[in-house]
Amino acid sequence: MAPISTRTFSTPKPIAAPLGFTAALERLAWMAGSLFALAVLWQLIAVYAQNRYLPTPIAVFDVLWRESANGDLWVNISATLLRVAAAFVVSMFIGTAIGLALGRFKTADKFFDAWLILFLNLPALVTITLCYIWFGLTDIAAITAVALNKIPNVAVNMREGARSLSRDLDEMAKIYKFGHWKTLRHVILPQLAPFFAAAARSGLSLVWKIVLVVEAFGRSSGVGYRLSIAFQEFDVSTILAYALAFILIVQAIEFLVLQPLQARVNAWRR
Amino acid sequence: MASLNGANGARPISVSVRRKIFPPVGDREAQLVLKDISFDVAPRSFLVITGPSGCGKSTLLNIIAGLDRDYDGSVDLGPAADRLAFIFQTPRLLPWRTVYENIALALPSDDPKQSRIAGMLERVGLGQAMNAYPERLSLGMQRRAALARGFILEPEILLMDEPFVSLDEQTAASLRDLLMELWHSHPTTVIFVTHDRTEAIQLGTRILRLAPGKASVVQDVSIDLTEAQRHDRAAVLAEQNRIFAA
Repeated sequence: MAPISTRTFSTPKPIAAPLGFTAALERLAWMAGSLFALAVLWQLIAVYAQNRYLPTPIAVFDVLWRESANGDLWVNISATLLRVAAAFVVSMFIGTAIGLALGRFKTADKFFDAWLILFLNLPALVTITLCYIWFGLTDIAAITAVALNKIPNVAVNMREGARSLSRDLDEMAKIYKFGHWKTLRHVILPQLAPFFAAAARSGLSLVWKIVLVVEAFGRSSGVGYRLSIAFQEFDVSTILAYALAFILIVQAIEFLVLQPLQARVNAWRR
Repeated sequence: MASLNGANGARPISVSVRRKIFPPVGDREAQLVLKDISFDVAPRSFLVITGPSGCGKSTLLNIIAGLDRDYDGSVDLGPAADRLAFIFQTPRLLPWRTVYENIALALPSDDPKQSRIAGMLERVGLGQAMNAYPERLSLGMQRRAALARGFILEPEILLMDEPFVSLDEQTAASLRDLLMELWHSHPTTVIFVTHDRTEAIQLGTRILRLAPGKASVVQDVSIDLTEAQRHDRAAVLAEQNRIFAA
């Protein structure tokens, strides 16, 4: 049952009540200031240490500029993002299906629970090596390996969602003859949305980290691959430059896609 | 509004529950909830089923609604079964849909009654709150929305399960008045469950009393009060004493 409000009604709030403009600006100013302070600190330490394995931030931005200008950065990042997208979609899709099935059918849940625990605790490195050995050094193997790491996670989340579906609302939908499609769209999916959003957000951060490992191991493109080359050359500037670029892109996805999406599905909450 | 279900064609609802048992759960033994209950409900009457909590009122209502099919007996709603509305103990609105959308969803999307939703919401006093999400409304207003959702169907049968519980008396009274007003402008067969004896007498044209432990009907009595008497505390109290003293 939905919690009952005792508050009296005033005016409806706008959908996805956004952060006030000044508040957003202030938050941005704090972030910029603190990151700048970190860069200054880093610069000071690097200048003082005078070690070729600790480049200054300026040197790192230099590399970033060079890699961006000659196109390498974009080729590698887009290759990685494609793999992230593929692995993300596959694991969300399969994980959701499995999770819903387990949440709905008790016998299946009892039987597969042990499998789920097994896969949840399987180290990423093991799935990656096995996939490469069994399916060869291909993109299919790489994406399968990443998805296998993520699927149990999504399934556990969505299983909770399926278990918490409201019987009250289900009865209401029956009485008012919603039918399958209307029930799914207006009753079931909105109840699952928060679980899906949680799985998606934790999923993305997990997936892109594993994709880098997979690329370092057995692909010849992508950020992971570029990092493994830089590692062989002990080229710390390149490692940091790519890390920086990737953090920026992942954060952009978080701010521009995931957070607005979450605000939208949560607009009805008090 | 009442033109579609002419009283001539309507026939009584007949309910007969031989046995309803709650299966054992954990340490609790199986429990006989309802036994040999059988009654007819005349078209457009207002039947109140009353009794203390735990006597099986809600279970009986769920059986009539078809939500609970695990019982021994039969319920015949006749052709009216197609137009049945249920107003639950909690409003059961979809919190992620606005008040307006909640009402609209109760109707097929091509139903001509879709055009009456705004008017209905005005009538129940939610004209200003149409586009609000239910959880931003008070419980009383959510219950108004639930009433609107029930009546927009122009139901032949309206089942209500303690729909005004956990409201302050003033709000509950205004909702009872609203219910009466809606019922008079759209007469329909109502089966109303409550544990509140005063409410039972104010609303009902007939009362069916269930008693705890007995699992069956202990009293079946009709109420002949005028509209004015129903708003007169002394008259209601006298009727209450007459019925519940027995």
